[in-house]
Amino acid sequence: MEYLSLFVKSIFVDNMIFAYFLGMCSFLAVSKNVKTAAGLGLAVIFVLLVTLPINYLLNTYVLAPDALIEGVDLSFLSFIVFIAVIAAIVQVVEMVVEKFSPELYSSLGIFLPLIAVNCAILGGSLFMQQKDFLNIGEAVVYSLGSGIGWFLAIVSLAAIREKMAYSNVPAALKGLGITFITVGLMGIAFMTFMGISL
Amino acid sequence: MNAKLKETILNPIFKGNPITVLVLGICSSLAVTVTLKGALVMALSVIVVTGISSLILSLLRNTIPGRVRIIVQLVVVAMMVILVDQILKSFEATYAIDKQLSVYIGLIITNCIVMGRIEAFALGNKPWPSFLDGVANGAGYGMILLIVAFFRELLGSGTLFGIDILNRFGYVPNNLVILPPFALILLGCIVWVQRSIQKDLQEK
Repeated sequence: MEYLSLFVKSIFVDNMIFAYFLGMCSFLAVSKNVKTAAGLGLAVIFVLLVTLPINYLLNTYVLAPDALIEGVDLSFLSFIVFIAVIAAIVQVVEMVVEKFSPELYSSLGIFLPLIAVNCAILGGSLFMQQKDFLNIGEAVVYSLGSGIGWFLAIVSLAAIREKMAYSNVPAALKGLGITFITVGLMGIAFMTFMGISL
Repeated sequence: MNAKLKETILNPIFKGNPITVLVLGICSSLAVTVTLKGALVMALSVIVVTGISSLILSLLRNTIPGRVRIIVQLVVVAMMVILVDQILKSFEATYAIDKQLSVYIGLIITNCIVMGRIEAFALGNKPWPSFLDGVANGAGYGMILLIVAFFRELLGSGTLFGIDILNRFGYVPNNLVILPPFALILLGCIVWVQRSIQKDLQEK
């Protein structure tokens, strides 16, 4: 039951985009049509699901105070370790996907390397460090939930932007401006989930 | 100081602003704008990180093999961010702000402005202009941050830098302004104003 509430919470209440603005750059750049948005969303779910548990293990067994050597606190190294793990894993994932599923690779291809610098991925690891998860199961559930939340957000924004092409927007607001305002309004809608306690 | 250097410094502040024109570094910029103090610390941290990492990578630009440059960039930037984070943690005055900014200091690593300027400028230019370019882009980012934070703190809490401004006149703070989505709406309005003035930036 705890897992379920963590899962729902990480999708809706702690949504990466609407509550923390993580991964905004690619969120705004790649949300022009639903198909590519869904591709990027899937890649984010996948990479989060792989990197976050690994960073959790590293954080618990290597970086935490007294974890590796008695009396040594390595937690100041966490930024560099996390980003190195993410960059390395993205590279490996890219090669594996290319080898075993060229179809998926060609649809995700362009986005995979970019994900290394997507704030949502590093942000996920940093939040994990803050939240003090009890075991790796929680970390996995949290990473899956955050990924799905990000996916939902980018696909729904892309759908709205596709429809918005037909509406009459003031010239100076076209493109970037109206997208910011749309995301803001979507964020307000997502805030209704905040009152739910699970 | 020649015209080109001047252009390098002035362009990112308004005409080529990293946030409103290039759409870089939005991730970390909006969550830290609830108070002016947090925005100011964040802006200064980003200026330091972009400036110095641009300088370091520009010095190294002829020795880094092209294939591994992303990793090298990430390592240098991560090192700078760790330094900034440790410095913020070590002073009593900034420790509370570091806690308030929480993960967003760490997220400077993946702030697209840092990587973007290194890729686009520092790897092809001499150290001094690269340093100025990094600082100027950090300043352009910081300026937008401070504008957003100014409105959010004034309307959301009725204060500026924690000093009571509006509340004494019977102003009731608007809680909507504190919530994250309002930062985006405010940013949309800033883009609107800028593009009404600079018509050549408008999208078709």
